[in-house]
Amino acid sequence: MSLKQYETVIILTPVLSEQQMKDAVAGYRGLITDNGGEIVHEENWGLTKLAYPIDKKGTGFYHLFEFKANPEFIKSWELTFRRDERIMRYLTLSLDKWAIEFNQKKRSGEIKSSSTAKEKKAANNAVVELDEED
Amino acid sequence: MSKETNFIFNQTPQVVQKKKYCRFKKHGIKHIDYKDKDFLLKFINEQGKILPRRITGTSLKFQRKISVAVKRARHLALLPFVADGLK
Repeated sequence: MSLKQYETVIILTPVLSEQQMKDAVAGYRGLITDNGGEIVHEENWGLTKLAYPIDKKGTGFYHLFEFKANPEFIKSWELTFRRDERIMRYLTLSLDKWAIEFNQKKRSGEIKSSSTAKEKKAANNAVVELDEED
Repeated sequence: MSKETNFIFNQTPQVVQKKKYCRFKKHGIKHIDYKDKDFLLKFINEQGKILPRRITGTSLKFQRKISVAVKRARHLALLPFVADGLK
């Protein structure tokens, strides 16, 4: 059975304590490895402000899993999210080759995003200025 | 152009417009990250609506990808569905 690469972002309720949040994440990590998958990468964004309130809450714990798993596993994986009251939102994507390449580059620091977006923007502006000179 | 020549040729002075280009094609960007909020902000207006291609100059192929990326970001509450004065 061939494994496919996926990416999941979950938002946990801010009601949980730091430890409870870590336990919940550890539980899901175990779920992947128990079902013959492997974790490629993980990111914890911590308590982050939401752009709009979800379930009357303004913040949430974001956690990102990048993993390889059987396509059959995804259905039960998402079902557990729907049953779990600690999870406010989730999003699972299957990654294509460009996305995998992008994530690898991002991890190695070749592509910078968000925090360094302003620098990138400045670079873009510099490019535009050069164009104008032409 | 002087007034006289304007009258003769019945032309208005032309404003030189910078040619728009697709930034993804130009820089060889293949994948648009829905998690990169600050990057996606360039493609939405201050109300949080996705900007049309005729304004940003993006090619159709990448406009579709942008629209998907923005919608994913909205689902994860990284971007608002509706906003007032986002920029």
